[in-house]
Amino acid sequence: RFHNLQELRHSASLANKVFLQRDYSDGTTCRFQTKFPSELESRIERPLFEDTVKRLNIYYAEAEKMGGQSYLEGCLACATAYLIFLCMETRYEKVLKKIGRYIQEQNEKIYAPRGLLITDPIERGMRVIEISIYEDRGSSGSCSGSSSTSGSSAR
Amino acid sequence: MSAVMMTRKVRKWEKLPGKNTFCCDGRVMMARQKGVFYLTLFLIVGTCSLFFAFECPYLAIHLSPAIPVFAILLFFFVMAMLLRTSFSDPGVLPRALPEEATFIEMEIEATNGNVPAGQRPPPRIRNVQINGQIVKLKYCYTCKIFRPPRASHCSICDNCVDRFDHHCPWVGNCVGKRNYRYFYLFTLSLSLLTIYIFTFNIVHVVMRSVNSGFVKTLQDTPGTYPFMLVCFFTLWSVVGLTGFHTYLISLNQTTNEDIKGSWSGKNRVQNPYSHKNIINNCCEVLCGPAYPSVLDRRGLMRDDLSVPTSALSIVPGLCLQLESSYGAMFPLQKTTAPLIPNEHTPDDAKPSMADSAIAHAEKRSPSPREEKLPTLPKSSPTPTKVPPLASPETDAEASIIAKDKAL
Repeated sequence: RFHNLQELRHSASLANKVFLQRDYSDGTTCRFQTKFPSELESRIERPLFEDTVKRLNIYYAEAEKMGGQSYLEGCLACATAYLIFLCMETRYEKVLKKIGRYIQEQNEKIYAPRGLLITDPIERGMRVIEISIYEDRGSSGSCSGSSSTSGSSAR
Repeated sequence: MSAVMMTRKVRKWEKLPGKNTFCCDGRVMMARQKGVFYLTLFLIVGTCSLFFAFECPYLAIHLSPAIPVFAILLFFFVMAMLLRTSFSDPGVLPRALPEEATFIEMEIEATNGNVPAGQRPPPRIRNVQINGQIVKLKYCYTCKIFRPPRASHCSICDNCVDRFDHHCPWVGNCVGKRNYRYFYLFTLSLSLLTIYIFTFNIVHVVMRSVNSGFVKTLQDTPGTYPFMLVCFFTLWSVVGLTGFHTYLISLNQTTNEDIKGSWSGKNRVQNPYSHKNIINNCCEVLCGPAYPSVLDRRGLMRDDLSVPTSALSIVPGLCLQLESSYGAMFPLQKTTAPLIPNEHTPDDAKPSMADSAIAHAEKRSPSPREEKLPTLPKSSPTPTKVPPLASPETDAEASIIAKDKAL
């Protein structure tokens, strides 16, 4: 229905937002639940959605991985009294940029054509993945009233 | 993308809720009370200056010039760690925006079902399983989120902090996930510096006494003794603190958890975050990845906050359009237009995504301030069919929350 993001801006209005929560089963490392929210059932195919979230989880795991590279980075930084962080970008920051580009690409290719928009979790404190659902303006005025009916199921 | 508004560019740190002070245009973030921090600075700089002025010349000549050189390096390391701990974001979790808060409220309502009138609703707890153990996540009424595991709300700074350790007045900041390693290295290097200075103080006095007698030494170097006293007392407290934190790190615990006794006792949950291996625990805490700040203090306050950055960056043309068509016609003014159009808004007044941008810039700035009021507003921020946001008084866990806040 929506061909690109520009059309989304001009002809759509925000109807609802879904928040994907963090998955803490593995500890405090950053992971998001891959449970498919019911509000999106009519908007996007499940495999596409799960693919996106799984890929994001992989990126976050890569950023927070404890391994040779992170130890090396840590020790080197400590030896310079962490002054090196003033000029060097950490590995986490590099991966975050990669995630930002990935989300943008997913929005352009997959989500905007379906009237959805993913917000980068870093803008929400890495607590949730916010997915905004847009309705076509021309359609029957379904507005924020729809949020009450679907609130219970998205756990 | 340049600002539409007539006023100057506003950075996000200026609108952050919480009781932090910011310096250098958002680069530096500290707690409000900084008096003790200045005392720490004074003690360290003062003691080291006296050492360099009075002891080092003698020691450099009679023993080795390497002694003052190493002392200077150690001193710079201590200062670097102190400033890093004090000035960085400890891992503050931003508060939930209204839509997220509403979403969580509705989930809670759905879980609780119908509470009979007159009865208090059950406390807001979410159980998660971490590494096979059940951990309870508490709801923060100020930040309107379920706190992630190990996060806690600091009442002094009025923020939820991830992996909250404690609020340290000596460094003038909270100690949390992002600055714990700097805090630990600060205490460790300060211990070493204090031991170093104290030792060479004694060496200096002994050497002089050997040459000219003890009493004459006392008369020659009166400046030594005040700061030897400072060193002595500092030594015990700082070394003790370093030892305590070394113990915590080896068990992968926070001071907060230790004080509350979260993982101690037989009938309690065992620490699910510990790797059961001291080396792994130490590596994770000290050599783990450097977590970025999620606060984005220096970002510019965007006009349209309902549109994610990821989308905005795709349509730069939209913002230029805003400037040209609306900048001149609609100077920034307070409007009460809701962001999400609903059935109460007459059709012709329903704002477009672009129009609401200008209104929202004003709307966002008052809303975080509302959270600071002791009584939360009973009416919902978004209209219709939304349950009223609860306040601590209506919840059965009120007393526990109050205790939490006092910590």
